[in-house]
Amino acid sequence: MLAHLASPRTGGLLALAAVIALLPLVLRNSYFYDVAVLVGLNAIVCIGLNLLIGYAGQISLGHAGFFGLGAYGSAILASRYGWPPLAALLATTFAVALLAFIVGRPILRLRGHYLAMATLGLGVIIFMVISTEDKFTGGPDGISVVPFRIGGFVLQGERIWYWVVGALLLVAVWLALNLIESPTGRALRALHSSEVGAEVVGINAAEHKLMVFVISAVFASVAGSLGAHYSGFVTPAKVAFLHSIELVTMVVFGGLASTFGAVVGAAVLTTLPQLLATFEDYEMMVFGAVMIGTMIFLPRGVVPSLARLFRSHRSADADNKANKA
Amino acid sequence: MSPQFVQYLLTGLTVGAIYALVALGFSIIFNASHVINFAQGEFVMIGGMATVSLVAVGLPYLLAIPLAIATAALVGLALEKFAVEPARDASVVTLIIITIGASMFLRGLAMLVWDKNLHALKPITGDKPIAIAGATILPQSVWVLGVTLAIVVALSWFFGRTLLGKAMLATSHNRLAAQLVGINVRMVLFLSFGLSAALGAIAGILIAPITTTSYDVGVMLGLKGFAAAILGGLGSGIGAVIGGLVLGIVETMSAGYLSSAYKDAIAFVIILVVLFFLPSGLFGKRGGERV
Amino acid sequence: MSLLRVEGLGKKFGGVNAVEDLSFEIPPGEVYSIIGPNGAGKTSLLNLLTGVYKPSSGRIMLQEHDLTGHPPYAYARQGIARTFQNLQVFFNMSALENVMVGRYMHERCGLMSALLRLPRQARADRACREEAAELMRYVGLQAYLSSAADAMPYGALKRLEIARALATRPKLMLLDEPAAGLNPTEALELDDLIGRLTERGVTVVLVEHNMRLVMGVSDHILVLDYGRKLAEGPAQEVRNNPKVIEAYLGSAVSSETSYREEIAQVVAVAVEMHR
Ligand SMILES: Nc1ncnc2c1ncn2[C@@H]1O[C@H](COP(=O)(O)OP(=O)(O)O)[C@@H](O)[C@H]1O
Ligand SMILES: [Mg+2]
Repeated sequence: MLAHLASPRTGGLLALAAVIALLPLVLRNSYFYDVAVLVGLNAIVCIGLNLLIGYAGQISLGHAGFFGLGAYGSAILASRYGWPPLAALLATTFAVALLAFIVGRPILRLRGHYLAMATLGLGVIIFMVISTEDKFTGGPDGISVVPFRIGGFVLQGERIWYWVVGALLLVAVWLALNLIESPTGRALRALHSSEVGAEVVGINAAEHKLMVFVISAVFASVAGSLGAHYSGFVTPAKVAFLHSIELVTMVVFGGLASTFGAVVGAAVLTTLPQLLATFEDYEMMVFGAVMIGTMIFLPRGVVPSLARLFRSHRSADADNKANKA
Repeated sequence: MSPQFVQYLLTGLTVGAIYALVALGFSIIFNASHVINFAQGEFVMIGGMATVSLVAVGLPYLLAIPLAIATAALVGLALEKFAVEPARDASVVTLIIITIGASMFLRGLAMLVWDKNLHALKPITGDKPIAIAGATILPQSVWVLGVTLAIVVALSWFFGRTLLGKAMLATSHNRLAAQLVGINVRMVLFLSFGLSAALGAIAGILIAPITTTSYDVGVMLGLKGFAAAILGGLGSGIGAVIGGLVLGIVETMSAGYLSSAYKDAIAFVIILVVLFFLPSGLFGKRGGERV
Repeated sequence: MSLLRVEGLGKKFGGVNAVEDLSFEIPPGEVYSIIGPNGAGKTSLLNLLTGVYKPSSGRIMLQEHDLTGHPPYAYARQGIARTFQNLQVFFNMSALENVMVGRYMHERCGLMSALLRLPRQARADRACREEAAELMRYVGLQAYLSSAADAMPYGALKRLEIARALATRPKLMLLDEPAAGLNPTEALELDDLIGRLTERGVTVVLVEHNMRLVMGVSDHILVLDYGRKLAEGPAQEVRNNPKVIEAYLGSAVSSETSYREEIAQVVAVAVEMHR
């Protein structure tokens, strides 16, 4: 039973739940809550993106596109057309999943840098459409979004959103951990390492890549929709190439093929610019330097590198004990 | 051919030549290291911006331009030494993140060293349009086309005739074999960054009088250059040049005849369509992996 | 009836005929060996027989199913499994998980059941884990039950691929040079393992340069040279076939039945030289 608690699955989920529950003790004002909500939303995107990049080994440099489509879809349907936000969110998510399904098939036939280019291109095209079709999207100025409401209940204020996003983050982590430990998840990890190795045991690699691409797009889209309602405003900046890069960086920084790594990456790299905001002019430079430094010194990302360190310490301890005994 | 068409063609060729230079930079580094250098666009920016400030302190073009190119080349060498070299054995994604980090670092630095404003550069030889077949071409465009042509010729001489060029080519074909015949592949990698940076800087200097320059011009030009390199087929020199020209022409034509709002999107639509039919670009290496 | 039938199979790479106009049948329950110098097209043939390469011509039939042109996973689903000459181990996973991936076709579940980890799913997963462990012991990998794949020695990885292939519950198992790179003791253990595979009812196709192994376990032998069939038949016959001996030695050697061992050795040496 105790071993069960210490497993990365259960133990990790409990630890994350504890952090989410206790964090408000140190969140002093609504600005802190605001940053925490942003961390949560980015973490949800990164968990999905990590399934695609970290586990299945398929890079995407265009996920801000899906995030943006989620945000703008909800914004337009709920604010322009007066749809109930939940219906807008569901319809948008479905549409984004469908889009990912349609474009995913040809794109995912590509490999390596060609795949990077294609996903980048997809993201840029989505960005251009959003910033050009100003009749719907408000163009570069953006568009304001009504608050999220379900029935008579209105979700407003950082504190309420904190708990909502916290709960959703736990669900996202739980779903991702489940998937990875399933035959489907093993198939994804297998095709990452050797596509023919996977195919000759009966795995349809193309189908699995497409599936995980759609799942990651859905994670991004839902986070985009929620983010739009939360902040009450969306601009094309959230759809831009740079945002795609930020998302990938969070995943790689936290550690590829580590769900908790994706959360940590999102937390650190969402908070860092806030800390740097005081040195506004240096922000971009420092951010770039941090990216380079992490990749050189912790090439596996923060969480796997630390986990490895921890493990080797523990086994060293065990050796010591064994020697004494 | 209508004069309008000729006009679009000339403009497209000019833009395409710039893309080609940037794409060549991508290809050279890719060949030496299999790294896609996402900081390639920053070399373009550094070339333009450095020339602007050197001219501003009173240097003539004849001095300012070589100095700006040298500056960019030094930055390229430093990038290889301090960011790429230490992570040589890392995965593709890791290297992508490193060069993207480098591009942000350089852009941030440029913002501090210079500013956030747009800067114009005087054309090298006047700005009186020259008439051709009912259309006009700027003298600066002639410079762009001429210099690009000269560079392409020089590069094919370099890679075909000189020992160093052949060593670089050999490294791209088979790194291990190159190492075994005594080629210093680390030196090749190092130099490829310098050479790519110089090419990028030249592109940046040539285009600055036409489009103005600023600390963030590298983003779009870098992406377009990457698109051109992919279109031509990664690692193929001739592919990079043709990819760049095709991209420039199609982009200008569609901006002219279809919609200028989507000008920047066109490049990426073309890329997606081409990759759909030719998954390794126009001139890229074909064939599946062996097992 | 034969298990696998190949008719006029060919594969071209540019101008090279890696496999050319090849026809043969594999009877069920046998060990069918394919030998030939390096570059003869043995690996290409296995790639064709698992759908990794699409044939330029010819047909591949498994029992009554025509598999020609199908993707690799379709071959796997009809019961063909294989190992690789260049290891295709999943190095990002544990050894046990590698074998569990082999169980994919029998564990496959809906996306929802995977995402929500329904109790049924959790149970199936435990069963899968136990079965994979069982297979690892079967191929002699009990020492690596909790190892990461990237921490295992070469010989163990070759067995791991066999365990993974076995996990698919194949009718037909293709082994591409399983003895290459093994030390003599490990190679000796292979004889036994291949024997046990046939006892399980698995038909084995063995591509191998180790003539001791080939001569010891084969029922039928197919000799390839430049992608074409040089000889084929019961092991006994092929061993004494003057054409085979000639091709390997470059000159005629009179064939006397007492030669056996000697010729096998000479063939092995010749094959080594061809590398
Ligand atoms: N993917 C491929 N592309 C090009 N040529 C190939 C490919 N696979 C095999 N070949 C060629 O086919 C021939 C047979 O190779 P192979 O099947 O590996 O031989 P073997 O396994 O008997 O040593 C060789 O000439 C090899 O170069
Ligand atoms: Mg072979």
